Parts: sequence; C-alpha cells; structure tokens
Amino acid sequence: MSSLSALTIHELIDLLDRGVCSSEDVVTEVLSAIDARDERVGAYLDYDAEGALAAARSADDARSKGAERILPGIPIGIKDVLNVKGDTCRCGSRILEGYVSPYDATAVARLRQAGALFLGRLNMDEFAMGSTNENSAFQITHNPWNLEHVPGGSSGGSAAAVAAGEAVAALGTDTGGSIRQPASFCGCVGLKPTYGRVSRFGATAFASSLDQIGPITRCVRDAALLLGIMAGRDPLDSTTVEVPVPNYQEALADDLKGMKLGIPREYFVEGIDKEVEQSIRKAIRLCGDLGAEIVEISLPHTEYAVAVYYILATAEASANLARFDGVRYGARDEGHDPMDLYVKTRARYFGPEVKRRIILGTYVLSSGYYDAYYRRGQKVRTLIRRDFEQAFQECDAILAPVAPTTAYRLGEKIEDPLQMYLGDIFTIPASLAGMCGLSVPCGFSDAGLPIGLQIIGDAFREDRVLRVGYAYEQSTEWHKRIPPIRDDEGGR
Amino acid sequence: MTRGAGDLMDYRVTIGLETHVQLKTQTKIWCGCRNRFGQPPNTDVCPVCLGYPGTLPVLNRESVRLTVMAGLMLGCRINERSTFDRKSYFYPDMPKNYQISQYDEPLCLGGRLEIEVNGRKKSIGITRIHLEEDVGKSIHYEQSSGVDFNRAGTPLMEIVSEPEIESADEAFAYLTALKQVLLYGGISDCNLEEGNIRSDINCSVRPVEREELGTKIEIKNMNTFRGVHRSLVYEISRQINVLNDGGSISQETRRWNDETGVTEAMRTKEYAHDYRYFPEPDLMPVVLTREQIEGWRATIPELPGDRRARFVREYGLSEYDAGVLSADRNVADYYEEAARASGHFKAVSNWIMTDMLHAMSEGAIPIQEVKITPGALAGLIDLVDRQVINRPSAKRVFTILFEKGGNPADIVEQEGLSQVRDTESLETYIDEAITAHPQSVSDYRSGKKAALKFLVGQVMRLSKGKADPQMALEMLRERLDTG
Ligand SMILES: [Zn+2]
Repeated sequence: MSSLSALTIHELIDLLDRGVCSSEDVVTEVLSAIDARDERVGAYLDYDAEGALAAARSADDARSKGAERILPGIPIGIKDVLNVKGDTCRCGSRILEGYVSPYDATAVARLRQAGALFLGRLNMDEFAMGSTNENSAFQITHNPWNLEHVPGGSSGGSAAAVAAGEAVAALGTDTGGSIRQPASFCGCVGLKPTYGRVSRFGATAFASSLDQIGPITRCVRDAALLLGIMAGRDPLDSTTVEVPVPNYQEALADDLKGMKLGIPREYFVEGIDKEVEQSIRKAIRLCGDLGAEIVEISLPHTEYAVAVYYILATAEASANLARFDGVRYGARDEGHDPMDLYVKTRARYFGPEVKRRIILGTYVLSSGYYDAYYRRGQKVRTLIRRDFEQAFQECDAILAPVAPTTAYRLGEKIEDPLQMYLGDIFTIPASLAGMCGLSVPCGFSDAGLPIGLQIIGDAFREDRVLRVGYAYEQSTEWHKRIPPIRDDEGGR
Repeated sequence: MTRGAGDLMDYRVTIGLETHVQLKTQTKIWCGCRNRFGQPPNTDVCPVCLGYPGTLPVLNRESVRLTVMAGLMLGCRINERSTFDRKSYFYPDMPKNYQISQYDEPLCLGGRLEIEVNGRKKSIGITRIHLEEDVGKSIHYEQSSGVDFNRAGTPLMEIVSEPEIESADEAFAYLTALKQVLLYGGISDCNLEEGNIRSDINCSVRPVEREELGTKIEIKNMNTFRGVHRSLVYEISRQINVLNDGGSISQETRRWNDETGVTEAMRTKEYAHDYRYFPEPDLMPVVLTREQIEGWRATIPELPGDRRARFVREYGLSEYDAGVLSADRNVADYYEEAARASGHFKAVSNWIMTDMLHAMSEGAIPIQEVKITPGALAGLIDLVDRQVINRPSAKRVFTILFEKGGNPADIVEQEGLSQVRDTESLETYIDEAITAHPQSVSDYRSGKKAALKFLVGQVMRLSKGKADPQMALEMLRERLDTG
C-alpha cells in the first residue's frame, strides 16, 4: 500500500470508513513525510506534531463512538495568513512574531466543525505579496519537482506541501493568482472561489476587494468537497453573498457534453512559453473531445489588468497593513514617541517587497494622485469585469494558461519585481473581475516541471469550473504523477 | 452679544462646528462588544475592535437608524445609498491606523437647526451628518502611556454645520439646541462628562467691508459647551487684535487650554495629514428604502421648538414657561400628562416650574424617577381647587408625595389636613381670636385694615392651619364691620 500521506481526501475517507486505517495513522504518516522531506522542501514554518496526534486520537475516539463527520480527523495544512485559534499566524513576516491567534477564521472553523484538524503553518510570501515564496521572511520553499525551482506564490508552502506528500490538502489565499499559480507550478489542483463565496473573516487582509480563501488539493473532487464545506454567507464577513451553496461533488461529470468553453484570444500572445502553450492547446482539444463546444472569445482589456491590479491591491494593502505598528501585538522596537515607535518597528520588521507595495499604495491614494491612479484603476477594473460578463454570455467557462511559464528558478525573478508581476498576467484578470478560477495539472515541460490549465468561471459558477476540471482530470494521468522527492513512498 | 478686546463691530466672525456625537446603541458599530462608559480599561474589547489581523467590520444597523433619525429631526435629506471610506492616519488610539468613516456619500445631507440668542431667532444650516467609529483613549502615566480601547468602535455621528455661526453665544446656543434635539430623539445620552459630545471649531474673522472669509483657525476636540464659548471669546478677540495690529492670521490648529483660558498653537506637523480616503472594501454600501426612511420619519417625536410653540397655543402658557417645560422631553411629557389629567394648565405649570423643578434639582433626581405621578399632581391641584385643602397644606402634601408617592386624598386624610370650612367651628376660632386681641379689633375699626390680616393669622394658628383662610377672612370682616 502506498503511503497514507500520498492519498486524496476521498481515498482516506474511504479507508477510514472501512476501518482500514485510523486518523492517527494518517497524521503519523504525514508527520513522517514532513520529517523525511521538509528539510529539503521547506514548506512548513511551524507544526505541532503532538497536538496533531492528540487531535487525531480524539477524532478516532469520536468515530468509534459513532460520530459522523465529513472530514473525520483529516489533517489540512494552513497557509500562515489564516487565523487558527491558539496557533501562531505570522503571515510570513517578522512583524507578527509572537502573535497568537485568539480566534478561528470562519473557513477554518467550518472545516474544524466538519472534523478536520490542522497540524501546521505553511510558508508564504510575506503578507501574500509575491509569486515565488522568496519574499517569506523566514525561509525559502523549494519546488518538490525540482528543488532548484520556486514553488510559486504566495501560497507556495501550501502547494509544495501537497505536492511533496507533506499534507493531504491545504488552504491558500488568492489575491491575484496566489492559489492558482503555485498549484500550477507544483502540479496540484487549486481553486480560487468567486469573491464573496468563502468568508474572508480570519484571513489576514492583503487586498480586501480581491482576497479569497481556497483549497489546494491532489484532485478536483477534493477541491469540490472542501469548497462545499467552506462556502456560504458568513455574518462576520459583509462581503459574503447569500447565494445557495450547491453540492459541488454532484456537479462533477465525466464528460463535457453541452458545455461551451471559451478561449480568450488575448491569452495566447507573445511571451507565453512554447511548452506551456502546447500543453494548453492539447488540453483544449481534449475538452473538445469530451463533448465541449470550443469558441473563441475576447477579453479586450486584459493588457491593463496587471497595472490596475498593482494600483488597487497596493492601495488597499497600504491601509490593511497600517495596523502592524507594534502597539497591540507582534514585534516592537521602542521609540521615544509613538511615531518613532511605528517608524522603527515597521522599518525593521517589514520586508522589502511589503515596503515597496505599501509605498506604492500610499502614493496612488495620495491627494493629487488619487484620480489619476486609484479612481482610474477602479474604472478599468469595471471594464475588465464587463469583459468577463460579456464573455460568459457566450460560454460556460474559459480555458487559459495559469501562467506564461513553468516554475522559475530560485532567484531568477527576485531582482526584477516587474518581470515577476507580469507572470501573473493570466490570473489577475479573473481576480479583478471577482470570478472563480481553477488550476488543474495539464502537462509537464521537458525539464519535468508541471504545467497548469486554468478554468475560469462566472461568479458563483464553481460548479461548472469543477465539472470541466474533473472531466479533464479523469481523462488524463497528469495528476497521478508524483515528484521525485516522493520516491521514498514506494510508488502507488 | 459677546464682545472681545478688539473692535468687534468692525469685524465679522464666521464659525463652523463639527460635532461628534456618540450614539446610544447597545453594542459597538462593528462588533458585539457593549457600548458603555466607565468599565475597567480594555474590558469591552474583542479582536474586531482591537484591529487584530483578519478581522472584519459588520455594520450595526441601529447606528444607521439613529443617524438617520438625527438627520430627519434636523430636516436633512437622507441618502438612500451611502458608503463607508477609510481615513488613514497613524495614532496609538486607532487600532487599525485607519478610521472607517463616510467621505463623499454620507447618510444625511443638508438640514437646519433653529437657535435663539437673546430673544433673536436664527437658523443654522447643517451641511451633512455622517457615521463613523470612535477611537480609543490614550492614558498617560508618569513613566509610560497606555491606550484604553473600550471606546474604540463606539458609533459616532459627525454633524457638520454650515459656517453660519457668528458669535460665541450663537455657537453655545447651537450646541444647546442640538443637544436638546438629540435627547428628544433618544439618539444619544448627550452626557458631556462621558465625552458623548465633542466639537471641533473652525473660526475666522474679517473686516466687515471685506467679502472673502478670513483665514481659518481650527480648535480641536472641545468637550464642554462652556469651553467652546470661552475658547471662541478668546480666539475671536485674539484674531481681531492681530489684525488690528496689522498682522495676519496663518492657518493652523490650536488647542484650548482650559486652565489658562487661552488657545495655543499646536505644532503644525502634528496635523499635516493626507488622509488618503478610499472606499472601505470590507463593507457594502448602506442601502435604505423609501419605506424604511418614511417608517423612521413616522417615529420622530415632536421637536422641542414645536412643542414650546404648541404649549403656548394649546395650554395658554407664557413663552418663558413653555420654554422651560419643553426643554427636557421627559419634563414636557410629564407636564402634558398632568395638564391633561387636571385641566388646570396654568396651575400644573406653576407646580412643576416651582416646587417640582426645585425639589428635583435639590435631590438631583431626574423627572423619570420622582415618586409623584402626573395623576397625583393633578389630584393635588384638584383638592386645592375644590378648597379641600389650603395652599400651605398643599405644599405639605406635595412634599410627602414627592418623597414617598401615593394618593393625595389619602395623605390629606392621614395627616388630617382637610380645611375647616364649617361656619360653626370657624365662629369658635373667630370668637377666641377677637377675645384674645381686643387691640387689633379696635385698630381695624379705626381704619387700620392690616389688623384684619393679623386676626386671620390668629384663626389659622388656632385651627392648626386647617381653616379656609378665605372663609375666615370673610367671616371676620362681617363680624367686625357689623358688630
Ligand atoms: Zn469588539
């Protein structure tokens, strides 16, 4: 039997149901995978082995007494940006050193209620600002497929852990691609829900009008399962919407008959890696073979998306990160007056990318510049949203690459933030439009690095996106490949 | 009119007030923490009002209703759609280092407040009313400082006046009238000691012949009406003196020093802010329906000014009495209930204006807590009217009712205060008085009419105060004139 830590949630639930293994067994194997590989991968910032084993034993105990939970003692990795009561939550930043969450994020609370347990904190770019995890204040995370490469970001720790068999599934957050891109780079499934689908309460905010929590998993069915548990109106988040949560798993089907899939002409332009383009085109053909009608569509304002994103997201971030001042929690350098304390604390404990974005965001909101940047940015954002609304008049979902390339080499983009920003060109538009997006493995480069297919859906149509992803996944083998670092599992 | 040291008549004064009012809600504006005063520091707090990572605001609907009610009472237009914005600045009492406020789409726009200064009526324009959150309170100790966040997240309404206030007296009258309206509407407790109402003042002066406004000085965070008045008297005369001496005013923020009685310039850097307002992404726009607004409008109580006019019209009270009785909504309610029960409008007014308000202020008892019910007061007045008891006895009954409550007729009975009105008993007292004071009798008969009063007094004394003084007087006069 292959390692328990390598299985999907569905496979584990089946084994647990049949009494083949216990939750304690699962957690034990996940912990031993972490032990064996994380020194090389660097996905975890922090984990509590004893606590996780105790939680697993109590889940086993509850199950033996007849408790029925959807996720009976299933361990789920948590991106360091999400609050889990009693755990650290440093958001990959030194400025939150010493902070302990006094509460559960709503998404975490709902998973906990469903029986899940949380064994550790996964690395990320500081405050979710970055696409490589190299902006973490604490450590580098390596791509399990090739340790010389980045796992993507900002949910790089989450994707790397799932790919490396160090987590059964993980939560990430996506602001401009931070779930989809690392999922693509690490060969996982990553879902960014529609804005307003999953409560943001408890997700430390980067850009409030864009942030969404979503799952990173080994298969589409697991993503559907976790989304179904987390989704829905939350009285603690006013931006969640009262739209019924369908049974996402029931929406999954093996074919795509009757579906119309749009191919945006603006997404297949110069700059896109040849191997990536070939894989995507092959995937599109396969979707056609599965019964979908393929139509060309246009998203004409795509070229402005990255610029608009870096105006709006940084503007919001400049206010969101103002609370990290050393007064109430986290790290502090004393000062001779409050302003001195702020300046010293923030100068010392924020990293360079975070400072860069705070300064940018402060600038675009400044009096005299607001109209030229922020206000104009909002207008263009509306145009981008209309692009998608128009497109979804013509198709049920959109197929596109997740990223123009496979995972970068470590250090390749760090000196050139602008190049790194451009790497998010295919994920940012859907974020700005508030649409949902799924990343599904669709091939490998010659160098053995994964390639992801992005399926973008209309607002609150995660059911369609998951259906397309599932049908595609079921007719391919990409998601079954495992990275070389897992050779110690003995195959599956 | 207040006069400063300079030649006030040669200058025109322009004042605008931004008044922050804490709303009377059960809970804070974004979280479930209690909205109350006087708890130990940092006990009414939670991750939301402390600005912990990942927390989000959820709007308290009652704070919206109260703000809209205030707007309706001040004659504002209510925006059916209004939005929140973030106002950024760093300060230790601000948990998020931005304040959630309303910038370009506030709940209420345009309105008026009637004021009266030295008998002259004037209407001051209200520019806007918006809803925002209060901040914490910095506490400075000898060696260190701390912040109490109990107040952080208290719903706060900012009422911005048009710059139509033209003297310190008008500013005082504006705040007094505003407080009256807010108390009437149950919008705020308006407790100045607890910081429920705090004002920022904008003030400028200019020579009368000049069209454009003078340079504006801001005085921040005034928490008493008297402080507003005193600081303006000082500031107006200061500015006039500067201009008289050929100097000029530079735009700045000043701080009122209540001990020395002067305004002092603050370091300009302290308030050189660029607030970088932008729409609050964590909150949806507040959307109100016409029906909702009209429903609230239907619950507006009669305003103090209207009630005063009606008291004059309906109950025949003097302007002054009507003003006193309508100043406090609870007193006015009490008056109306007693007046309706009694029918003797003037008598009820007299009792409240004199005995009642006096006893209340002596015991520092609000009218909601006095033991004498409006019905009992009406009953007491009725007993006097029917001459069951005389004035001095009525005062005794009132005192008992005020302290213990109860039914006036029962108290008259228990205390044996019924007036002696039967002629037989009165004749006995009169006989006794005449016999005991022959000198007074002859004084009266020789034309000293004052002697009659003395004899009535003797009858009252002999009857232990229970004789009907009017009857005693008439019977005495008849005896002396004829006998
Ligand atoms: Zn609170």
